Amino acid sequence: MTATMPNMYLWIVLAPLIGAIVAGLFGKSIGRAGAHTVTILGVAIACVLSLLVFNYHVLEGHAAYNGSVYTWLVSEGVKFEVGFLVDNLTAMMLVVVTFVSLMVHVYTIGYMHEDPGYQRFFSYISLFTFSMLMLVMANNFMQLFFGWEAVGLVSYLLIGFWYTRESAIFANLKAFLVNRVGDFGFILGIAAVLLYFNSLDYATVFGHVDMVSDKTIQIFSGHNWSVITVICILLFIGAMGKSAQFPLHVWLPDSMEGPTPISALIHAATMVTAGIFMVARMSPLFELSETALMFVMIIGAITALFMGFLGLVQHDIKRVVAYSTLSQLGYMTVALGASAYAAGIFHLMTHAFFKALLFLGAGSVIIAMHHQQDMRQMGGLRKYMPITWLTSLIGSLALIGTPFFSGFYSKDAIIEAVGESHLAAASTVHIMLLVGVFITALYSFRMYFLVFHGKERMDDHTREHLHESPWVVTLPLIALAIPSVIIAWFFFGDIVFGDFFGDAIFVLPNHDVLGDLHEHNWVDMALHAVVTLPFWLAIGGVVTAWYCYLVNPRVPVWFETRFSLIYNSLVQKYWFDQLYQFVFAAGGRALGKLLWQVGDVQLIDGAMVNGSAQSVGVMSRVIRHIQTGYLYHYAFAMILGLIALLVIFVPGLSGKMMSLLRFS
Amino acid sequence: MLDNYLLSLLIWLPIVGGMLVLATGGDKNSSEARVLALVISLVILILSVLLYHKFTLGTAQMQFVEHHAWFKLGSLQAFYYLGVDGISLPLIMLTAFITVIVVIAGWEVIQYKTAQYMAAFLFMEGLMIGVFCALDAALFYVFWEAMLIPMFIVIGMWGGARRVYATIKFFLYTFFGSVFMLVALLYLAFHIGSFDILQMHAAKIGMTAQLWIFIAFLLAFAVKVPMWPVHTWLPDAHVEAPTGGSVVLAAIMLKLGAYGFLRFSLPITPDASHTLAGLMILLSLIAVVYIGFVALVQQDMKKLIAYSSISHMGFVTLGFFIIWSIAANQGNYTGAVMGIEGAIVQMVSHGFISGAMFLCVGVMYDRMHSRMIKDYGGVVNTMPSFAAFAVLFAMANAGLPGTSGFVGEFMVILSSFKANFWFAFLAATTLILGAGYTLWMVKRVIFGAVANDNVAKLTDINRREFFFLGLLAIMVLAFGLYPAPLLNVMDASVSNLVEHVIHSKLIPGG
Repeated sequence: MTATMPNMYLWIVLAPLIGAIVAGLFGKSIGRAGAHTVTILGVAIACVLSLLVFNYHVLEGHAAYNGSVYTWLVSEGVKFEVGFLVDNLTAMMLVVVTFVSLMVHVYTIGYMHEDPGYQRFFSYISLFTFSMLMLVMANNFMQLFFGWEAVGLVSYLLIGFWYTRESAIFANLKAFLVNRVGDFGFILGIAAVLLYFNSLDYATVFGHVDMVSDKTIQIFSGHNWSVITVICILLFIGAMGKSAQFPLHVWLPDSMEGPTPISALIHAATMVTAGIFMVARMSPLFELSETALMFVMIIGAITALFMGFLGLVQHDIKRVVAYSTLSQLGYMTVALGASAYAAGIFHLMTHAFFKALLFLGAGSVIIAMHHQQDMRQMGGLRKYMPITWLTSLIGSLALIGTPFFSGFYSKDAIIEAVGESHLAAASTVHIMLLVGVFITALYSFRMYFLVFHGKERMDDHTREHLHESPWVVTLPLIALAIPSVIIAWFFFGDIVFGDFFGDAIFVLPNHDVLGDLHEHNWVDMALHAVVTLPFWLAIGGVVTAWYCYLVNPRVPVWFETRFSLIYNSLVQKYWFDQLYQFVFAAGGRALGKLLWQVGDVQLIDGAMVNGSAQSVGVMSRVIRHIQTGYLYHYAFAMILGLIALLVIFVPGLSGKMMSLLRFS
Repeated sequence: MLDNYLLSLLIWLPIVGGMLVLATGGDKNSSEARVLALVISLVILILSVLLYHKFTLGTAQMQFVEHHAWFKLGSLQAFYYLGVDGISLPLIMLTAFITVIVVIAGWEVIQYKTAQYMAAFLFMEGLMIGVFCALDAALFYVFWEAMLIPMFIVIGMWGGARRVYATIKFFLYTFFGSVFMLVALLYLAFHIGSFDILQMHAAKIGMTAQLWIFIAFLLAFAVKVPMWPVHTWLPDAHVEAPTGGSVVLAAIMLKLGAYGFLRFSLPITPDASHTLAGLMILLSLIAVVYIGFVALVQQDMKKLIAYSSISHMGFVTLGFFIIWSIAANQGNYTGAVMGIEGAIVQMVSHGFISGAMFLCVGVMYDRMHSRMIKDYGGVVNTMPSFAAFAVLFAMANAGLPGTSGFVGEFMVILSSFKANFWFAFLAATTLILGAGYTLWMVKRVIFGAVANDNVAKLTDINRREFFFLGLLAIMVLAFGLYPAPLLNVMDASVSNLVEHVIHSKLIPGG
C-alpha cells in the first residue's frame, strides 16, 4: 500500500484533469454523453481514491505523506516544487471536494441537459475539481497560489458561462477583480514568507517559525511590526478575497449569475472555503500572532452577522442561499480567529454537504419553475416535488443548527469555542454569533416557507407543469442529505475533542479553546442543547419566520415601511457596490484618463516630443535650404553634431579622432 | 565543426535567405516567396534548437565563440566577434520561434509585395540575432541600427493610415537614443583601446565617466524597452504597424533594450548603476502603475496591448535594478539573482504573450478592419475557437499561474519584497490592474451578445490561424507549468553577472 500511495495521490488530481481536457478539446466529437461519461468517470476515480486515502491516513492512522512530484524551477538555490502534502486535514478536504463534485457532476446531467454548452460545462467543472485538489494537496506556497488562482479562473469562466448575458459577464469580471485584490495581499504574504524563511515549502517554513517569531519589519518608518503578524494578515487578505469576507464579500452574491450546479460546488461547498482551509493549514504561523487572530476573528464576525441580515430581504432564492453562505463562512473564519481551527474545518465539512444540498435543492426548484428564481412567484411547492421539499428541509434544519443534524455540532462547537477564547474581542464576537443564530433560522425558514408552503403564487402555466425533477437531480439531493444529517455523528468527538487532525493543525496550549470545552458524546451533546441559548434562538427564528411569512405577512410589510432606513440599507447591501463602483471602477478609469490625456498626450507627446519636433520645424523653416525632408539627412546631421560634441567634450579624443581621420 | 560557425549561420542565413526571397520577384510569385521564407525560418528555428542542444549548462563562459579581425579604426581593431551565454540564448531562440510565427501569420494576409514583406522579417531576424550574439561593440552597433531599417520599412509600407507619423516618431525616438549609445561606445573603445564588450566589462572606469556612460546607454535602452517617460512612440508604432510588425516589435525588439541593460549598463558601469538604481526602480514602478492605469482606458485594442507591454516591461527593469536595495535592506545579495532571472523569464514570456495578443487582434482586424473595442462585442458567439485562445492569452497577460506570464512576475515580486516592501506592493498592483485592463477588454470584445451585423458575420479561425495560435498557446502553457529548463540555461550567466556587478570597478583612488 505504502509504495503505491504517491501514485494514488497523483491519480486523484490527474483523473479529473484528463476528464476536463478530453471534454474540453474533443467535446464535439465525443458528444454529450461522451463528455459527461468521461468527466464523471474522472471525478468518480478521484472520489474513490480519496476515500481510500482517507481510510489510509485517518482511519488506519498512517503518517502524513510529504513528497515532491517535480521541480518547477530552481533560482538561487531556492527550489520551487510541485508536490503533495497529504495528512488528515488534506484527506478530509479530498473527500469533501471529490464527493460534492461527483454529486454536482451527476446533477448537471439533469440541470444542463438543454444547454448548448453542455460539454464545455463538464470540462469546466472537472477542471475546477483538478484545481481545487491541487490547492488542498499542495505542500508549498507556490502550488497553493497556483491552485488558488486556478480555481479563481474556473470560477470566472463559470460565472460567465452564459456569456451573452450582460449581468453574467459583469459578475465574472467583478468576481475575478475582487479576488485579485485578495490575491494581491496573498502574493505579498508569500513574498514575505520567502524573505524570512528562504523557502516556500510548508515543512521548512513551519519548522523554522521560532527563528522568525521575534523578528520585526518596518513598513512605515518608525513602526516596528511583528513579521509573523504581517505575514498572517497579508495571507489572510487572500483568504478574505477567496472566502468572500467583509469587505471583499461583494463578488459572491453576484456570482449567482452562474448556473446553479456551480453555485453549489464552487460558491458554497469548496472554492470559497479555500481561505478557511488555508488559514487552518497555516495554523503554525497564525498561532504566533494574537493580533492576526484577532483581526481574523473580527472580520469573520462582521461577515457572519451582517451578511446574514442581507439574507432577510432577498427575493431571489439563490441569493438567499448566497448570503447564507457568506454568513456561514464568517462563522468558520471566527473559529479560525479563536484558534478553534478544527471546529472551523468541521463546519467547513458539514456546511459543504448541507449548503451544496440547499443550492441543488434551489436548483431543482428553479428547473420546476422554468428558471423563475423569485420566491414571490413560488409557494406550496412541497406537494409537487416531495423529494426536493424533504431534502431542502433537511438542509435548512442542518443549517440552523437543529440538534442531531450535522450543522448543529459544528456550529455549536464554534460558538462555544469563541465563548472560551481569551482574545479581547471574543465576548462581543460571541454575542454577534448568537444573534447570527437567530438570523440564520429566520432567513432560512423565510425561504423555506415562501418556497414550499403557503399560497401557490406562480402563474397557471407554470403550475400545470410543476413536477419533481428527474433522478439525476434527486439522487444527488438524497446523497447529500444523508451526510447533512449523520456525518457529525461519526467525527464530532474526534474532531472537536480529539486529535483528529494530528500534526496538521497546531494550537498553542494557551489558545486551546476546544480543549477547554466539556467533552460530550454526540447524543448527549444533542440532548444537552435544549438548555442552551443557541437552540432557543434558532427556535425563535423559525417561529418568527413562520409567523411573519405564513400567518401574518403584514408584519414584514409593516417593518419595511416603519424602519425604511434599515430596510433600504439592507436592500442596497449597505451601499458597498455603489461605493466600490464609484471609487475603484469609475475612479480608476478617471485616473487612467487623466494620466493618459494629460501625462502622455499633453505633457510627454505635446510638450516634449512634438514640441521639440516643432521647434526643429521652426528652425528648419529658417534654414530652409538644408531641409530636404529625407530622414537620413537628419540622422546624418545628428551624428555629425554628436561627433562634434564628443570631440569638444571628451578630453583627448580630438587628437585620436584627428589621427583616425588621417588614416581613412 | 558546426560549432565554429553556428552563430554566423543563425545571423547570415536569414539575411541571405531574405535576399533569395526578394529574388523570387514580383507579386506573381508570392506563393514561392512564402514557402521559401517559411523554409528558411524553419531551418533557423531548427538551428537555434541545435544551439540549445549543444549549449553547455552551468558555465557563464561565452560559447560558440567566433573571433575574426574585421576593420581597423585608427589604432582600434574591431572584430567580428560572436558568442552566446545563458542570457542571450533564450532570446535567440525566441527570435527564431517568433519569426516562424510571423511568416505563417502573414501567409494569406499579406497580398501586397509579399516577397518584400517576408524578406524584411528575415532580415530583421538575422540582425536581431546578431545583436544578441555580438561581443564587439562596433558589430553590436551595426546590427542594432541596421535592425531599425527593415522595421521602418515594414511599418511604412504595410502600415495603417498614420504610418508616416508613426514611422518618423519611431525612427527619431530610437535613433535619438542610440546615437548617445554610439558616443558612449566610442568613448569606451578609445578609453580601453578595444571594442571588445567583455573587456569593457573588465575595465576600471571612474565614477564621473561611469555616470555619463550609464546615462548615454540609458537613453538608448530606455527608449527601446520602452521605459516611462520615453514610451510614447510605442503605442503609435504598434497601432500603425501591420500585425507581423507589431509581433516582432513587442516580442523581440523591446527585449533588445532590456538586453542592453544586461550586456552593457550593468556590467560596464556597475557603480553608476548602483548610484542611479533608485531612479531606475522609480521609473520601473511608474511604468507598472501609471501605465497600468493608462492601459485601462484605451479604446484601441492595439494601443491597450502596447501599454500593457510597457507595464510588463516595467517588471523587467525592476528586476534588474533591485540588486543594491536588496543588499541595503537585508545585508546580503540573496534575491538579486532571482530578480534578474525573473526579469529574463518575463522577457521571454512577454515575447510569447504579447505576440499572441497582437496576433489575436490581427485575426479580428483581418475580418473586421477595426481595432476599436467599441466595434466588437460577443465575438465568442461566432468565433468560439478563437475566443478560447483569446481568453487563454488574456489570462496569461494577467499573470495567471500555470501560464508563462506568472513566472517572471512572481519571481520579481518575490525578490523586490526583499528590497523593499513598497516596491513589491507597487509591483503587485499589476495583479489587479493587469487583470483589470485585460479582462475588461475581453468582456467588451469577446463576451456578450452579438453586438452588430459585422460580428454576426465573423467566421471562426481557419486551420492556419489555429496552428499559430496553438503553437503560442503550447509555449505559454509549457513555460508556465515547467519553467525549470529556462532557468537552468540562464542560471550560471546571471549568477556570474550579479557577482560581477556587485563589485565596484572604480579606479582605486580615482
